[in-house]
Amino acid sequence: MAILLTHQDRVIVQGITGNQGRFHTRQMLGYGTPVVGGVSPAKGGTEVEDIPVFDTVKEAVSAVQPTASIVFVPAPFAKDAAFEAMENGIRLIVMIPEHIPVQDSIDIVNRARALDVTVIGPNTFGIISPQEHTKMGIMPNHIYKPGPVGVVARSGTLSYEIAYSLTQSDLGQTTVIGMGGDPVVGQTFITVLEQFRRDPETRCVVMVGEIGGSAEEEAAEYLSTLGKPVVAYLAGRAAPPGKRMGHAGAIIERGKGTLDSKEQALKSHGAQVVTMPWQVAQAVREALSR
Amino acid sequence: MKQYEYMAKGVLAEHGIPIAPGRLVDSPESASQAVTELGPVALKAQVLVGGRGKAGGIRFAATPEEGAKVAGDMLGMTLKGYRVEKLYAEQKLPIENELYVSITTDRNTKKPLVMASAFGGVEIEDVANDKIVKRYVDPLVGVMPYFGREMAQSLGLRDSLFKEFSDLVVRLYQIYREKDAELVEINPLAVVSGHLVAADARLNIDDSALYRHSELSCVEEGSLLEQRVHEIGLAYVELDGDIAIMANGAGMAMATIDAIEYFGGKPANFLDAGGGASVKPTAEALGVLVSMKPKAILVNIFGGITRCDDVAKAIVQVKNTVGIPVPLVVRLVGTNEREGVELLNREGIQAYSVMADAAEQAVHMAKEAR
Repeated sequence: MAILLTHQDRVIVQGITGNQGRFHTRQMLGYGTPVVGGVSPAKGGTEVEDIPVFDTVKEAVSAVQPTASIVFVPAPFAKDAAFEAMENGIRLIVMIPEHIPVQDSIDIVNRARALDVTVIGPNTFGIISPQEHTKMGIMPNHIYKPGPVGVVARSGTLSYEIAYSLTQSDLGQTTVIGMGGDPVVGQTFITVLEQFRRDPETRCVVMVGEIGGSAEEEAAEYLSTLGKPVVAYLAGRAAPPGKRMGHAGAIIERGKGTLDSKEQALKSHGAQVVTMPWQVAQAVREALSR
Repeated sequence: MKQYEYMAKGVLAEHGIPIAPGRLVDSPESASQAVTELGPVALKAQVLVGGRGKAGGIRFAATPEEGAKVAGDMLGMTLKGYRVEKLYAEQKLPIENELYVSITTDRNTKKPLVMASAFGGVEIEDVANDKIVKRYVDPLVGVMPYFGREMAQSLGLRDSLFKEFSDLVVRLYQIYREKDAELVEINPLAVVSGHLVAADARLNIDDSALYRHSELSCVEEGSLLEQRVHEIGLAYVELDGDIAIMANGAGMAMATIDAIEYFGGKPANFLDAGGGASVKPTAEALGVLVSMKPKAILVNIFGGITRCDDVAKAIVQVKNTVGIPVPLVVRLVGTNEREGVELLNREGIQAYSVMADAAEQAVHMAKEAR
């Protein structure tokens, strides 16, 4: 099993004819992802990796019945692409681009909520479900393997580091999901943990967090509901105090956002917090053997 | 990107929010001239730091002579590490009361958040939560006049202040949206002769949206070195240690800094070489690290989109052009790892595959070099 993305999904690639879109379509197909089409305005009728390309999502929907879309278009066009997917009934959207204006992300994420669409990202490496041989994202294929650990991360490469160390320790993963590094993204730790709670095959969850914001603090309060062991690694232990955004930031955070605040919140709700990324695998092993 | 106060006020004025008459001055003569025209003024240092007033960045002048003298004292002074090059001379306001209002983006709810208080001013951060009115905006609806009226009512405003505040919230939200603001803040929002005037203003623009705001002035922030790396297009923050660090991805860069401290070392910087940096920017960034003359350099790469052979090429290129005269520790795994490691080995550079080993070695070499 897996969360959010399974082999039953039918994936289209928006921006399939660009360099990134093309390269990662090949990688996704290589991993086993059911990619059924691509969208690239004015490139309809062509093919990429034997996958049909359409001019619009609307056309792709009637031709290949997709359920999910991964967006590779340049940031200035990302809002348009996301809305095109949502308004045409796509229910899972993975937004890869970085540097999407935050106001655009606000509009995307709030519209997605109204339509009950799941948005992952923006500025994410995506989502991968090893048991299902299915991924929507740009992560390297070989560092994952099927198993009982769910991983949710804010940061890309750091999650690779941790997923790979789990794999090398023979601790496979149900699903690894990157929420994205931008200030406004579709998922929160809580929405993802709720998915992991409902997946019987996920027996332990790894949270990869970092300083700033208060996502980890908010999530901590959810942990007692989760009913599964949680191992957390938080990056930024040695980082100097972050940039403050005027008084407004200070008023909102009011002491949240620091590593201490996050660590205390998570620990007090039963999570095991490790200090270095290479300590995650051992902590997971212990949690699973309990 | 932050905007200076005078720029932020220019945007407020364009959107019909009242500000006091003022002008930018950069010499004692122009300050003297400003007092002649405006009457008694506040001379406010244009620097991008908080707590400016308490640090001596706001002074007053009643006469042209005083204006020249105060401006002469202030120009060139250093305020919390920033050199004061321009002052904003603003007509002195007989402030009766100070309010607070801001709009920012709330990461948790993913919605715009309007905050206001009847207790504005320099102590706003210490004002109790129940004295601050917070309201989230549904971005698909926006801020309509009733939203402003309800906030004005919550603040206990009446008569002309009630009307002016309601109107101001609508305009402030227009600025937040149209200018792609991360933050627009008026503190204090002064009451002068029974009317609202923006006495100070902050406007921070979302860097990702700058491409659609050619009308805004560009403001460079940070040290020269930081600006140099930002120009390459990479995220960089100076720290005060002696081990220079390059990693790919912000989380990875932070974890690398953590690892250096874990083994007892001191990181010299935070450098995120990006999720998919190619040879050229990587080489440029490494060149910057070399120019810092650290005790050691640690390159920590987990290749995803970033290809290990590209990183190796960049390292070899720097080694064979500017040279790398300090101990270099490289950790290289992921996409095209084998090709990358071979390239380095041919140049006599060893590559680690385990992050902990590499961090420990970098700390060890920095200690040897002391």
